[in-house]
Amino acid sequence: MDLELRDIHKHYGTVHANRGIHMRVASGTIHGILGENGAGKSTLMKVLSGYAARTSGDIFLDGRAVDTTTPAQANRLGIGMLYQDPLDFPSLTVLDNFSLGRPNRGGGLNRRALAEELTRLCRDFDFDLEPERSLEQLTVGERQQLELLRLLSLEVKLLILDEPTTGISTPQKEKLFGALRRLAAAGMTLLLVSHKLEDIESLCHAVTVLRQGRVSGEMTAPFQLDELVNLMFGTIPAPPPRGAVASGEPVLLLHEATAGGDRAGLGNCTVSVRRGQVVGLAGLEGSGQGVFLRLAAGLAKPVRGSLTVLGTQLKPGDHHGFRDAGVVFVPTARLDEGLVGSLTIAEHCALTEPHPSFRIDWQGAANTAAQRIARFRIQGSADTPAALLSGGNQQRLLLSLMPARPRLLLLEQPTRGLDLEPARWIWAQLRALCADAATIVFSSAELDEIMAFADRVLVFYNGSLVRDLDTRDSDLDDLARAIAGK
Amino acid sequence: MVAAIVLVFISAILVLAGAPVLEVHGLLVTGAVGSWSKLAQVLRVWVPLTLCSCGLLYTFQIGLWNIGVEGQVMLGAIGATAVLRLGFDSALPGAVLGAALVVGMLGGALWALLAGLLKTWGGVNEIFAGLGLNFVAQGLILWLIFGPWRRPGVASMSGTEPFAESLWFPTPAVWRISPHALGLTLVALAATALVLRHTRLGLALRAVGGNPSASYLFGLKPGRLMLWAMGLAGALAGLAGTLQVTVVYHRLIPAISSNYGYLALLVVMLADYRLSWVPFIAFFFAALNVGSIQLPLVLQLDSSLSGVIQGALVLTVLLIHAWNSGKAGTRWTT
Repeated sequence: MDLELRDIHKHYGTVHANRGIHMRVASGTIHGILGENGAGKSTLMKVLSGYAARTSGDIFLDGRAVDTTTPAQANRLGIGMLYQDPLDFPSLTVLDNFSLGRPNRGGGLNRRALAEELTRLCRDFDFDLEPERSLEQLTVGERQQLELLRLLSLEVKLLILDEPTTGISTPQKEKLFGALRRLAAAGMTLLLVSHKLEDIESLCHAVTVLRQGRVSGEMTAPFQLDELVNLMFGTIPAPPPRGAVASGEPVLLLHEATAGGDRAGLGNCTVSVRRGQVVGLAGLEGSGQGVFLRLAAGLAKPVRGSLTVLGTQLKPGDHHGFRDAGVVFVPTARLDEGLVGSLTIAEHCALTEPHPSFRIDWQGAANTAAQRIARFRIQGSADTPAALLSGGNQQRLLLSLMPARPRLLLLEQPTRGLDLEPARWIWAQLRALCADAATIVFSSAELDEIMAFADRVLVFYNGSLVRDLDTRDSDLDDLARAIAGK
Repeated sequence: MVAAIVLVFISAILVLAGAPVLEVHGLLVTGAVGSWSKLAQVLRVWVPLTLCSCGLLYTFQIGLWNIGVEGQVMLGAIGATAVLRLGFDSALPGAVLGAALVVGMLGGALWALLAGLLKTWGGVNEIFAGLGLNFVAQGLILWLIFGPWRRPGVASMSGTEPFAESLWFPTPAVWRISPHALGLTLVALAATALVLRHTRLGLALRAVGGNPSASYLFGLKPGRLMLWAMGLAGALAGLAGTLQVTVVYHRLIPAISSNYGYLALLVVMLADYRLSWVPFIAFFFAALNVGSIQLPLVLQLDSSLSGVIQGALVLTVLLIHAWNSGKAGTRWTT
């Protein structure tokens, strides 16, 4: 089935997640959709599979305009989606799960016929799934195989796979890829959503790269990985001239630290960050940067190795202890983790008052709020709830609430979703803090942000620290290759 | 506006139940506020209902479903009864009553903290913990009434031996309602308003209720604050239980909580979790309860009709809120 998307737009409230996406995929090919977290891949796939209604744009299947507004409708058109976490029912058996989602033709289900079909499909694809086993006993890889067979038995003609290689073993991945190649050869259209370059390289015939909601480029196999990285992260400008990397006393020391979390966790990380440095953490989403920041913030505990922050061994996992010592952590998910959506700006100010009294001085809180609104140029008033602020203003509010004189500032994607000008403004504020002897460690999905603002870059790949370079003399091609795991 | 909806709504239910609409409305009104003695009866229900509702505001602010109010009322009543039994021939009845108030509030608070600890330490959902503890508390009351605290001679569902009159909170004959109970309820209302609006504790409860992760990053301790909320809610429920014993029944009876704990949940939801509406809605519910006593006597209708009205009313208001906030009609696909 040929697929064509024309000018797809999707708004979520004030967020413009897809900004005019055009794409053509020919029948019988495996087409990659590549992009960083937040680039708009998932939204686009949700639009296609009927989970989210598009704001505007057209979808054509075999040249015919179609409407996908519910998953059931998309199914009837022959569109099926294999989710990253299999959407199945763990308390039911393999056969029960296999029999779900069939169109109701009356007369109930013929379990024996279904069991035979399942066995035949398993034989075809060399999968080993016993119909009567409980799903709870299966690995993620096996559940994915089952879901794939279920979609095939529903006569899906366009199959969307969302990060299918997350959480499955290498032999399972080989089996899956073999099956997908066979399906493509048989004329099925496959869309592979991923941010893993290796998967795209080994499987896809063509790829569309998304960045900040737009198509940033397309390529057909064989791919040039450096070029793909550029398309994902933006063209990297030459770093501005900057002074030597500060070399004060160490404020953050990790020695062979290992911790779980994200996709890959963090393994055996040894690094030292000195006072006054600005360190950027680069890598594909979930490669270990997030765990690194959460370890340093006292939000995660190392399972092995040691962590020394600001010259002392604080109790791992006790964020409040770290906070009292001068560590500030600013998370990326502003309304999930950073702010309380229902509280107003003034209430946030009262809540983060450094020397609180039992009785709240609302007049004082309103004054503080007014000062911060002016200083951080927040579009809102003291009694605006945080949830009603735009993303950029939420980020400004979050920064305005930081305790004064932080010693170690840990930021997760501090300018994510912001336009260039606000991002620059925020960095001017942050660098001013650093001149005040604070140390900044931040992660970013934008390599150009790291090159522009960091003194030093740490590259993570698959849970390991693979490069540690001064941004003044880093070789950009080498950096791109390191991010791609080459 | 809301009053009009309520009136239309009640009438609709009455039509469905085949009751004479106007007559029932008339009876409900005269039955509730038709005379001073009826009004005093309504206020006697209003006191525990308002106290329990005030307590629930703390737990709702922090996002906890404190279903265990019933049990907390019962433990308050048990605590107060224990003190009054110990001090039955005290020369200082005032001091004994004061101690009963303190112990009753502590009893309710501890019972609520138990549910809170099960939640914060044991990972048990507070709804199940509260519900389970309600049954335990009911069992405890029955055991006391038929066991250690049974009436000399004959143990019965009518409860324990009444206390000496010196251990009652006085009810002036012309008042027909204890000024102490009214006063304590007004104090509880004022204190709740103060704590929720003007203290750091109130703000912290709202912050944790809104977003526990962000609150933790701001330096708050969500687990500890949940225990505070549970403790305060339990203390107010315990106070309600104490007043049931010392003002209304003058002894411990099996149905000491009279389901006010559950009814208070409806009051708070109907009030949209706003304290300023709580005393009025509690009064309305109390009036419905008392007024409906007339229904079986005059119209041969079952008095449980008032329960149907209350329950259906709350469901309707919740639906209206959901509609206003755009939550209703959401497809369950996203």
